[in-house]
Parts: sequence; C-alpha cells; structure tokens
Amino acid sequence: MARNGNRGRQGSRRRIGAFEIVNPLLMLAVCFITLYPMWFVFINSINSPEQALLGTVNWFPKNLSLDSYSVVFNDPNLMNGFVVTALRTVIGTAAHVLFTAIVAYGMSKTHLIGRKLYMKIALITMLFSGGLIPTFLLMTKLGLYDNFWVFILPAMYTFFNMVIFMSFFRTIPDGLEESAKVDGASDYGVLFRIVLPNSMAVLATIALFSAVYHWNDYYQGIIYIRSQDLLPLQTMLYKIVAENSMSFMQQQAMAQFGARLPGNSIKFASMMVATAPILVFYPFIQRYLVKGVMIGAIKG
Amino acid sequence: MFERKPGPMKALTRQWQLQSMVIPGIIWMFIFCYIPMFWLMIGFMDYSIARPMLESPFVGFKHFEEFLSDDRFWRSIRNTLGMSSIKLLLGFPIPILFALLLNEIRNLRFKRTVQTISYLPHFIAWTIFGGIALNWLGEGGVVNQLMMALGLQDREILYNSDPKYFWWITYFTDTLKETGWSAIIYIAAIAGIDPGLYEAAELDGANRWQRMWHITVQSIRPTIAILFILAVAGILGSNFEQIFMLKNNMNMKMAESLDLYIYNMGLVSGRHSFSTAVLFARSIVALGLLLLANYTSKKLTNESIF
Repeated sequence: MARNGNRGRQGSRRRIGAFEIVNPLLMLAVCFITLYPMWFVFINSINSPEQALLGTVNWFPKNLSLDSYSVVFNDPNLMNGFVVTALRTVIGTAAHVLFTAIVAYGMSKTHLIGRKLYMKIALITMLFSGGLIPTFLLMTKLGLYDNFWVFILPAMYTFFNMVIFMSFFRTIPDGLEESAKVDGASDYGVLFRIVLPNSMAVLATIALFSAVYHWNDYYQGIIYIRSQDLLPLQTMLYKIVAENSMSFMQQQAMAQFGARLPGNSIKFASMMVATAPILVFYPFIQRYLVKGVMIGAIKG
Repeated sequence: MFERKPGPMKALTRQWQLQSMVIPGIIWMFIFCYIPMFWLMIGFMDYSIARPMLESPFVGFKHFEEFLSDDRFWRSIRNTLGMSSIKLLLGFPIPILFALLLNEIRNLRFKRTVQTISYLPHFIAWTIFGGIALNWLGEGGVVNQLMMALGLQDREILYNSDPKYFWWITYFTDTLKETGWSAIIYIAAIAGIDPGLYEAAELDGANRWQRMWHITVQSIRPTIAILFILAVAGILGSNFEQIFMLKNNMNMKMAESLDLYIYNMGLVSGRHSFSTAVLFARSIVALGLLLLANYTSKKLTNESIF
C-alpha cells in the first residue's frame, strides 16, 4: 500500500496510467485465449447436427442438441474405455502414493543402514534411463504387454515424488514419532498412524498429480495395448481425433441418425466427456497442484 | 535404545521393518530402471525377440554406422533442433514476461483468478488440445477464418498438411498450453523478493520499468539461469505426446523428431537393435549437453544445478 501512496511523487505518472489500463486488458486476453478452446469444444458438442454439417460454430450453438452425447454414451467401446481409464486412475494413484510414500519414509530415516548406497541407486535412475525400446522389451518379457498392469506397475514410483515425500516427512517433529515408539508402536505403526495422517497436504498433492497423469495419458495405450477392451479412453480419443477412425458402433450410430450426424460432433462430444472430470474438479484441486510445483521447485 | 555397538547383523535385524520399506523400492528400481539400462547393449548386437538376449551376436558399431549414414536420421536431428530452438529462443521468455506483467496487477483477486485460469490448459490432455488444434488448422477452421478476416491470406490453407508450418504449430500450441504453468515458478520467485528493495528504489526515483529490470529480473536471475540450463540440456528432446498427436503422413518430413524416429524405427518397423543404438547415442549426447550447459552457466552466472 505504501508503494501506491508514494506513486504521486513520481514524474512518470502519465505512462503509469496507460500501463494500468493496458496490462489488465492483456491479462484478460490471456484468460480468453486460455478458456476459449474448451468453450469451443463445448458449444460444438451441443450444436445441432443440421448446423454442425455446415461447419463449426465459433461463439454459441445455433440449435441445442444432445444427439452426439447419446452416441458417445451408447457406444460400448467408449464406455469401456471410460471404465478402463477410471480403474487405472484409481488403482494407479493409490499404488503410486502408497508405494512411494513407504519407500520415502524408510529413506528419510538417517539411521537406516545402507542409506547412502540406496540414495545413490535412486539418484542414478534420475540421470540415466534405458529409454523406449529396452523398456518395451522389458514389458514384453514381464508379460505386461497388452495387460492392464502395464498402466500401474511402471508408474508406481518416481524419484521426484519420493524426494518430495522425504522432505515433507522430515518436517514432522521427531517427538511425535518418539512418543509413539515409546508406547510400543512399530515403524509401520508410526508411519500409518502418525506420519501419514500428518502428511495429508503432500499426499493430496502427489495423488492429484498421479491421477491427472493416469487420466490424461494416451501414450502407454498406444505402445502396449492391442486388445480393444483394454484401451484407455484417451487412446481411443487419439484414434478418433488424429487418425479419424470411427469405431464400428459410431458408424452404426451415425447411420441410425440418417448420416446427418457429422463425425465432428461425435469428436467434440467425446472430447468433452474425456475432459469433464478435469474441468469439474479443477477449481477445487488447483491450489494443491500449485503447491506441488512449489515444493518441487524448492527441492529440485 | 542408546546402547551402541550391536553387531552389524544385529543392527540390521533390529531395523528390519525400515529395511522392508526401502528394499521393495530398490527392487522396483532394479527391474524398471536398471534392466532397461543394461539392455541398451542390444544396440551393439543383432537382437531378435525370438531368442534369448545374450545369445544374440555382437556386431560392434554396425548399427551406429548405419544410422549415421541414414538421411532420415539427420532429418530427424534437424527437425528436433529446429523445434527446440524455436521453443528456446521464442518460447522461453514468454512465461517470464507473463510473470512480470502479472506481478504488476494490483488487484489481488484479479491476479489470482488470471493465474488460476492460465494454468488450466496444462491439465488438459494432448488428445484434446491437439484435437482442437487439428480442427482449427483445417478447412474452415478458426485459424483460416481469423487470417482471412484480418486480410492476411485470401484463400484457405490446410496448415497441418503443409510440412512448412509444422514447427510453428508445435511452438504455438505448446505456448498456448504451457505458458501459465511454466510461469508459476517465476511467480513464486518474484513473491520471495524483499519489498524493501522496491521501496528503496522508489525513493531513489526508479520508474516502473527500471524497478522491473533492476530489481525483479535481477532477483529472479538464478531461477531463469537454472531453467535455461535445463532447457538447453533438453534440446535433443521433444514433446512426444504433442508431436504424435499433430503429425500425419503429409507433414512427416518436418514432424519426425528424434524421439519419433526412434519410435518409428523400433516399434513400427521392428528394428529393435537399430533404434536402441540411436537411443544409446542420444543419451550420451544428452548427458554431455547437460554437463556442458551446467559448466557454462557456472562460469558465466555462478548458477548451476550440480
């Protein structure tokens, strides 16, 4: 506030005035550019088929229609993809958070025998990696090719998240753990009854990042999945949007609508369905996501 | 508890619970990180998926010689460097600029709202973001409408079918998606600057731009330096999810980055040993770049990542 109060004494008052108008306008433009793509998908997904045949609309739908949504929700393939994605998000996130947190808790103890060696082993995985082909061959040998667990197991741990957990666990007062130990709690008891309940903020942050990754990832599905019934929603969306391949069901549905429902409408409706969870939860979770970057930035 | 000097084995059994927490992690790293690292050696072999790896014949640098004389490999290097350079030169300053301008907004609620909105696209999948881009760049799409309305072109251009636009498409879509997110780290750094510095500068008669340059930018210089090192070190990388989404048969000439080349050779054409050789060379060069960037930065600005 003092800064505002002092401003009058300066000579460059006129230039400040112009900037004070231009800058907020610029920021509004940023907001518009950011939000408009999603608005565009939304209005075109509810635009009526007759209008959609004439091309996409830019601002508002001409006539409302939920026909393309009924195609999406009646397509067993897409709905199966939705279930696969939901399952992998729930299981994958739980596995990642639990596994990484447990390893991190052990690693955060300075009296852990072999700690220096363990940390070196972990650090090397940050600097070097096998890369696409050796990893692909490994998954094949492990029997994870075309297997649901290929989504879960390789994503159970990251060095980065372990470091975040470790630094958070260190901030928990030792006295809290000591007194539980005196009462006869085991290391697992301390971890699950004292440490984890006191780490909800960091648990939420890492869980959210993991969940967003699992929900949005289409790449694993492209590389490792062949069976139609194991394809995640995003991989199907990739095929619909980038390769323009409509599933058999969609083609049938389009024929049912007398071919008056253009492929574009179905694309937009599928995109909406695939983003809806992110858009709905975003306002509530965004501050946890930012917190995660902050912790990461300080540590990294 | 404080009796020291139990034998090492006894100490180990006493903390078996802690050990049982860490060891599964080490086993995980061994399987999912160290085995693939070890298997990079099939780049020096004629590996076939049909027989056990160690029975494959060693062929030395055969695959290395082969890819070094492959025009398509050099094309992928050119594409990777081209796209990375555009991102580095024109893309790197944008989040800094955004953070600086956002910092000048006085109304806290407006500032926070803009920030929250700005990083939303980071959480939208590339399938969706890329799908929007493909629609906009196509026939009758938003980009064509806009360019024609502005009088910048007189007929429709199919941007995504013409290879010459591809690098710019990756640049613009990346900027749209990631600017707000990348700015977070600068915004946090700016928030940590001592307000006393601004007050002192103001008393000395520094105007807005002088304060922005001499205080804000100078204070966040370490952050800028470190992120720049990382960006330079990652110049051989590309955003696979983005490129995979936007590429097609018509623009492949400019779209095939090194990562996509490795994917196409290894998983599409099934030449495992060949593309592992490329991977191997790529990681050596990438590590060298990281060390070089780190060293240069240490010399020039005293900032380094290790």
